[in-house]
Amino acid sequence: EKTRKGLTEKIEQLIVGYADIDDEFLDDLEAILLTADVGVKTTAQLLSDVRAGIKNKQIQSPEELKPFLQEKISTILISGETAEPEVQPPMVIMVVGVNGVGKTTTIGKLGNYYREQGKTVMLAAGDTFRAAAIEQLEIWGDRIGAEVVKHTEGSDPAAVVFDAVQSAKARKVDVLIIDTAGRLHTKSNLMEELKKIYRIINRELPGAPHSTLLVLDATTGQNAVNQAKLFGEAAAVSGLVLTKLDGTAKGGVVIAIKSELNVPVRWIGIGEGVQDLRPFDPAEFSQALFAD
Amino acid sequence: MVFEGLADKLQQTFKKLRGRGKLTEADVNEAMREVRMALLEADVNFKVVKEFIAKIKERAIGQEVMGSLTPVQHVIKIVNDELTELMGGTQSRIAIASRPPTIVMMVGLQGAGKTTTVAKLANLLVKKQSKRPLLVAADIYRPAAIKQLQVLGEQLDVPVYAAEPGTKPVDIAKQALEYALAHTRDMVLIDTAGRLHINEELMQELKDIKREVKPHEILLVVDAMTGQDAVTVAESFNNELGVDGVILTKLDGDARGGAALSVRAVTGRPIKFAGMGEKLDALETFHPDRMASRILGMGDVLSLIEKA
Ligand SMILES: Nc1nc2c(ncn2[C@@H]2O[C@H](COP(=O)(O)OP(=O)(O)OP(=O)(O)O)[C@@H](O)[C@H]2O)c(=O)[nH]1
Ligand SMILES: Nc1nc2c(ncn2[C@@H]2O[C@H](COP(=O)(O)OP(=O)(O)OP(=O)(O)O)[C@@H](O)[C@H]2O)c(=O)[nH]1
Ligand SMILES: [Mg+2]
Ligand SMILES: [Mg+2]
Repeated sequence: EKTRKGLTEKIEQLIVGYADIDDEFLDDLEAILLTADVGVKTTAQLLSDVRAGIKNKQIQSPEELKPFLQEKISTILISGETAEPEVQPPMVIMVVGVNGVGKTTTIGKLGNYYREQGKTVMLAAGDTFRAAAIEQLEIWGDRIGAEVVKHTEGSDPAAVVFDAVQSAKARKVDVLIIDTAGRLHTKSNLMEELKKIYRIINRELPGAPHSTLLVLDATTGQNAVNQAKLFGEAAAVSGLVLTKLDGTAKGGVVIAIKSELNVPVRWIGIGEGVQDLRPFDPAEFSQALFAD
Repeated sequence: MVFEGLADKLQQTFKKLRGRGKLTEADVNEAMREVRMALLEADVNFKVVKEFIAKIKERAIGQEVMGSLTPVQHVIKIVNDELTELMGGTQSRIAIASRPPTIVMMVGLQGAGKTTTVAKLANLLVKKQSKRPLLVAADIYRPAAIKQLQVLGEQLDVPVYAAEPGTKPVDIAKQALEYALAHTRDMVLIDTAGRLHINEELMQELKDIKREVKPHEILLVVDAMTGQDAVTVAESFNNELGVDGVILTKLDGDARGGAALSVRAVTGRPIKFAGMGEKLDALETFHPDRMASRILGMGDVLSLIEKA
């Protein structure tokens, strides 16, 4: 029975230099990647990169293996990344994703990030469906000192969003962050609703939303690829937020998402507190994939 | 779905041996490569896949191909049978205590669906078994968690016990129990805060509640979209607390749901219900056979085989 620990020892043995890069070692690398949710296809790709690296002597000794792979992964995650757009206020950020991934919490943390930069922040309670979703956002609004635009539970989310954009323009707030109800990407009526919300934002403020963040739970497996695909089609997703990385899940599926759909990760969530949001760091992330 | 390819791939693998009588080791190995890939793509845990494949190989090699089946269908049948068996029988019920109230505690990671599932379960118990449940709001951490349960309770017309602000979850649970006895509620469904399995303090809180109110059932709520980590999570909750059953949520999407197999394999506990939507009537009996074919991603092939 090969445990993760056994593997670290093995890598150490390799570094001391009394083992060769053999198939068994490549099997172990495969195991690390697969158990980090990197997925079969992307793992196969990465391993073939490693084999090529061995062949063309980019990897000459076992201890060069892990850095080589980490470098490859970082490169995938970095490529084509663009900085946040500079826009005339209000900058509008729409937050979308399947149920329970951490959208509302992320909005609280993100709002706090902009507040700390001295910006005024407004939140829109676009989840009118889930029980007490509005109250949850209001508590976050109180915490960070942001105004919350809301209607009653069960009302039309498009109307809330319309009001929020008008109000953000009139009040000249710097950042408007829009919460949306959790929805599975396979539910076409709910995805239509999202498209409608998107259209209204864009109609009321050309160029907006300036960023659409798709929130992914790091515990999620390969289904996240479908989520990214279908949310991308409905709402032009510009970046990902990977939440719950304070658990033991590695969130490796974002590598597949980046290489297949070219959507960059912007933020990571590492807890439930107001400060638990960090900018995504590809190098750190690739290193953590191999940590115990 | 993306994965309908498994049957095709297997078909190609087996083209050359159509009509041969026995499954050779080489044939089976070839087929298992595809099966392994399908299971991993469905998010079945890496180690669980490994053990499963080894078991299938052992069973399949040297077997006579059944009369009306092609070799590929035969292998699929073996895989499917084993998967279904691993997933356990249908046990969609809550063990009712001989002396009421029956106490059920819902536990799991953040956002898995505990609060919603508490309400769904209450709905089922009222409608199908004429029970008189009490919902208990023992999540004091998440913003508006208590309110969420209260709204759901109102929708169902089922009472919700919420304590004074500042009351510890273990005391909330104890008070709720007294309340249930005083108001002849025969089921007590405790909603707990989402927590990470590695958070010692919060895991201790669950152990304290368990010690004080002795739930008849501790149900672990698992999101069907969970990946490889499902094993670690389920193992931790089970080791720390002892889990009596599992509820798999968000099966109304297109997740293949390999976590079902992983969780079942590491805890040995039955999956009791499946969450099939956000509405309060969307809790269904869990069907191991359907789950097996969902994980393999080939319902059509299986119904063909069943007819054979
Ligand atoms: N440990 C941890 N928990 C988190 C993180 N982000 C969010 N959560 C928790 O996950 C749960 C769900 O978060 P929400 O923000 O309500 O998720 P949501 O996507 O808005 O959910 P719906 O609106 O119901 O779809 C809550 O218990 C949060 O506290 C994180 O980075 N780490
Ligand atoms: N589509 C779908 N959504 C579900 C299902 N079960 C729960 N949800 C949704 O998932 C999200 C999270 O559900 P909650 O019941 O708040 O989850 P929780 O485990 O109590 O979350 P925390 O208390 O924050 O840990 C909500 O948006 C629910 O509506 C299901 O079976 N299908
Ligand atoms: Mg929300
Ligand atoms: Mg809850």
